[in-house]
Amino acid sequence: MTPLARPWMRGAGAVAALGALAWLLDRHLNAYYYQVLVLIGINVILAVSLNLINGFTGLFSIGHAGFMAIGAYAAAAVSVYGGAALHGTLDPILGAAVGDAVLLLAALAAGAVLAAGAGLVVGIPALRLKSDYLAIATLGFGEIIRVIILNLDVVGGARGFGDIPALAGFFWVYLFVGITLVTVHRMVRSARGLAFLAVREDDLAAEVMGIDATRYKVTAFLVGSFFAGIAGGLFAHFLTYLHTNSFTFLRSIEIIVMVVLGGMGSLTGSVASAALLTVLPELLRPLKDYRMVIYSALLIVLMLTRPQGVLGDRELEVRSWLARRRRREEAA
Amino acid sequence: MNEFLQQVVNGIAWGSLYALIALGYTMVYGVLRLINFAHGDVYMIGAMVAYYAARALLAPGTASAPAFFALLALSMAACGLLGFLIERLAYRPLRRSPKFTALITAIGVSLLLENGGQLFFGPDPKFFPQLIESREISPGSGIVITNVQLLILGVSLTLMLGLQFLVFRTRVGTALRAVSYSAETASLMGIDVDRMISLTFVLGSMLAGAAGVLVGLSNPKIEPLMGIMPGLKAFVAAVVGGIGNIPGAMAGGLLMGLSEVLVVGYVSSTYRDAIAFVILIVVLLVRPSGLFGTSLEEKV
Repeated sequence: MTPLARPWMRGAGAVAALGALAWLLDRHLNAYYYQVLVLIGINVILAVSLNLINGFTGLFSIGHAGFMAIGAYAAAAVSVYGGAALHGTLDPILGAAVGDAVLLLAALAAGAVLAAGAGLVVGIPALRLKSDYLAIATLGFGEIIRVIILNLDVVGGARGFGDIPALAGFFWVYLFVGITLVTVHRMVRSARGLAFLAVREDDLAAEVMGIDATRYKVTAFLVGSFFAGIAGGLFAHFLTYLHTNSFTFLRSIEIIVMVVLGGMGSLTGSVASAALLTVLPELLRPLKDYRMVIYSALLIVLMLTRPQGVLGDRELEVRSWLARRRRREEAA
Repeated sequence: MNEFLQQVVNGIAWGSLYALIALGYTMVYGVLRLINFAHGDVYMIGAMVAYYAARALLAPGTASAPAFFALLALSMAACGLLGFLIERLAYRPLRRSPKFTALITAIGVSLLLENGGQLFFGPDPKFFPQLIESREISPGSGIVITNVQLLILGVSLTLMLGLQFLVFRTRVGTALRAVSYSAETASLMGIDVDRMISLTFVLGSMLAGAAGVLVGLSNPKIEPLMGIMPGLKAFVAAVVGGIGNIPGAMAGGLLMGLSEVLVVGYVSSTYRDAIAFVILIVVLLVRPSGLFGTSLEEKV
């Protein structure tokens, strides 16, 4: 094995490359493109984490925005209320840049853990329910979370939560995009990951084969909401202002559309459609009032013409594409 | 005590609107197992049709009860047609596809109606003409009932009883129920399943259209996004009552209306939108098939 192939070295290399790219983009990309790029990253995290729940495990959650909201508000509360104390102790020793990074990571961790906890609280009782009922229950939880936050005065309530330090940019968002992708990929494309697919195809049959279906469902919920929490935290520290209107039922729907459009059970599909669906409304902007009408009409047409999503459950992979091409050439 | 009774009266009037919308959800779910997310927006279209028709056809100040019933009929007809078209164009081609696909399409139709509504009607709120002058009626002991509330209640009850009669006492209703038990078997018995499904959408949408006109009487401010929250809550009402169950949808609707009015009256108006979902989750955990639903044995 060549040294470069060691996983940790590849990881370090990727982070270094990402850092260099972020350094360039921070300085040279115009603010609008930069924002779209970062929002794509956040949507990719959301879509991939929801795909674990909806696409790979076959549960139907329409409350993802609720978990994102918990992550966003918890993370923002940590950096707003704990930021000064942390900077006060860390900055003299390690410098402001490290202080910022530690604060962001602490905030994201708090948000993610709280969101995962909520995922567990929602998941365990909700998993007694079957498909449609589960969907409705998650929708209900999402709305309840939103209304509770709206009534919490410490996080601004109806006024919104402002003055959140702008700690997250391209680097952090895409670092977590990478972490999310690797984690979910490792979970579902392993021997153990077949269990998720078995639960999706038929949970009763999976139980008969000795798979603890409930455990896999709860795991999917736990990990999915954990990363939704991370996405929320990044969202908060990128936009620096939060309002519960960003986390309505429509937001959950947007994320579901990304997953279904990309293909339930396709990670690269989720990435591609998250990017597409973030960029598309921006591209349609010149059409002004017709923008959202065309967006929704496109959605219907896409579903009618390609019901399994653009990719179905296949992945876009350079390797398999090359292999297919080689096979074709050999045949010819 | 009087105040409480007053709240109950208001809650029942409000809840009967939810019940009308909930019926459409429950009927569609009963035959197709599809959550028709666009249903709340059909209700919005109902209100809009009545608004524009009233502006075009009625001279100001000539509003009267016959005019109201004419507008009601017009709105119901327009919504029935809309429901028919939605099913024909968006849902029928997907009937054999996975459930997710149909659901996303339903969401797409819903977004299309909302955004299209904002484009054609304008996003600003409109004020529904006062078709019927509100008068207060006091049946004694300090409770006030308005004639508008009585009208809402009367019209909704009539429509619900009409639906009940249609579904349980006529040949068409028998066919409808047969399709909801098993579409395949029903088609073997010579029932035209496609037509029954169309009929379900037409009936459900007509009720939603009626609810749209009725809401215009009591809450005159109407706008293109007005269907989202009532749609969700009516859907919750259908689930709470036991989805696919017609009396259940009515009871669920009343429960939603009552609980909402009581929360606003005794707790805080900011929790108004949460109570429906709290009830939903409690009911789902205690009785997942809904208050009136019969639980189905799992087939292996």
